[in-house]
Amino acid sequence: MSTVTGVSATDDPPGPDGRTPLRGVSASTGRLGDRLFGGAATVSGVIVIATVTLIAVFLIVQAVPALRDNQASFFTSREWAPGGDTPRFGIVEFLWTTVAASTMAMIIAVPFGVAVALFLTQYAPLWMRGPAAALVDLLAAVPSIVYGLWGLITFAPFFKPIQGWLENTLGWIPLFSPTGISGGTILFIGLVLSIMVLPIVTALSREVFAQTPLAHKEGALALGATRWEMIRTAVLPFGRPGVISAAMLALGRALGETIAVTFLVSSLPDGAAWTWSLFNGGETFASKIANNAAEFSNPNKTGAYIAAGLVLFVLTFIVNSIARIVIERRKAFTE
Amino acid sequence: MAKRIDVSDLNVYYGAFKAVEGVSMTVEPRSVTAFIGPSGCGKSTFLRTLNRMHEVIPGGRVEGKVMLDDQDLYAPSMDPVMVRRTIGMVFQRPNPFPTMSIYDNVAAGLRLNGVRNKKTLDGIVEQSLKGANLWNEVKDRLSKPGAGLSGGQQQRLCIARAIAVQPQVLLMDEPCSALDPISTLAIEDLINELKSDYTIVIVTHNMQQAARVSDRTAFFNLKATGEPGRLIEIDETTKIFNNPNEQSTEDYISGRFG
Repeated sequence: MSTVTGVSATDDPPGPDGRTPLRGVSASTGRLGDRLFGGAATVSGVIVIATVTLIAVFLIVQAVPALRDNQASFFTSREWAPGGDTPRFGIVEFLWTTVAASTMAMIIAVPFGVAVALFLTQYAPLWMRGPAAALVDLLAAVPSIVYGLWGLITFAPFFKPIQGWLENTLGWIPLFSPTGISGGTILFIGLVLSIMVLPIVTALSREVFAQTPLAHKEGALALGATRWEMIRTAVLPFGRPGVISAAMLALGRALGETIAVTFLVSSLPDGAAWTWSLFNGGETFASKIANNAAEFSNPNKTGAYIAAGLVLFVLTFIVNSIARIVIERRKAFTE
Repeated sequence: MAKRIDVSDLNVYYGAFKAVEGVSMTVEPRSVTAFIGPSGCGKSTFLRTLNRMHEVIPGGRVEGKVMLDDQDLYAPSMDPVMVRRTIGMVFQRPNPFPTMSIYDNVAAGLRLNGVRNKKTLDGIVEQSLKGANLWNEVKDRLSKPGAGLSGGQQQRLCIARAIAVQPQVLLMDEPCSALDPISTLAIEDLINELKSDYTIVIVTHNMQQAARVSDRTAFFNLKATGEPGRLIEIDETTKIFNNPNEQSTEDYISGRFG
């Protein structure tokens, strides 16, 4: 902390006997409890880092031989014929389906989740906050197969006319052009995913919004801010890193969600024409792997699926890194 | 632009609890009025009723009347948001918005009022920072975070933020209690300068501070814990500190209790 006057309320006080105050590692006393706790924490940290590293190594080691034998372009081909003497496989279709469905889910779930969190922390009457928050949290505890069943039995028939209407009105936009597929389209999967990740966004955003210091809120109100202006001036900026983290966790879940998607998705027949439409079907990484787990008969075939899993892993990693960078860049302003 | 405040027979409640009872006083324009009294006597609570900030706390309400010149602050048609734009407030702990730069902190209130013009904002930000005796220290780093300043500078930044919207009255709730003596002195000097333009009301636990900065002093007290706080007396500061009318005021001033 730099000061111009040279007087700061936060200057460190001198330690006892005029020694420099204990800080960081030197604050350890070397007593048994200290050593036990420090050791346990260190071991836990190392194990987590080692696990992530080993998963990456596993994926790479298993995927490389299959990728070497691959006769098609891994990133741009739409073929999927792994195994055999001349395996040909590419992931572009899974990549598009996964990213498009997850993006749809984020576009819906993040604003909606933040709004719900703001309602629960800033607008709802006090007696309502606890029970309503518990209900939203309960949504997060619903197993994904239940979302799959609900999507198939209840939501799909309900969505069908909506899709028809969208195709009629917005069909001239490539994203909404009709494909003849109904049911497990990308848009439909995205909607189900958005409901699945909504409680994650809501619960985490609610935590950070509720922790907005009263001093900041009062500072805004005393300037003559209305409730919404107070939220914009004090609550949202304070909660921003938390909301980004929440969105990333939710995106991670949406990208990797398997059971509900496998259950709902309309896979495309071989050789189906390419389209950008959100009303197209298509497998995601996770559903493709899950649907074909029975076929892991030879290492090269398995390797192709693992390569697909590796892409999903890297995708999640990139998304998280971007979130970190966004949060770090504004760090000086959030302390 | 400074205005007079007239309070008559004000009771303050938090839910069923009566926190302050029967306060009547006049706060003179272009002067400093200090509120002193033991902890829990309701002086901060009463201060908050002057710009309706007590309504932020669930269950907070008042009975009685507060007039700002000829405006009734508690008239049904009066919007609390408008009251707070007219009567600014500085808090016990400096509370600059942590995500905003020094410039944006000062401009925050103006932007809430819809001022968007860059030139106008630049002018008022400079003028307010000068008014808060902070300009020379921060003019080269206006885009740096406000939270990076020292405690005393942060408090002056909050004062700049409050006066940027040109309020009629400035309420200060123990503005120096989190500051070191040198920063405190800087704030006290500032209060002395500001009183030529503003009506200032300051709550303080520091009786020397009340004696140094205020023209009039109000002494609040309560009979016992759980009883509502009351205004014991309000008078010229020299009178309160040298020859108060009430015995309990003299006891408090001379350090016999509290």
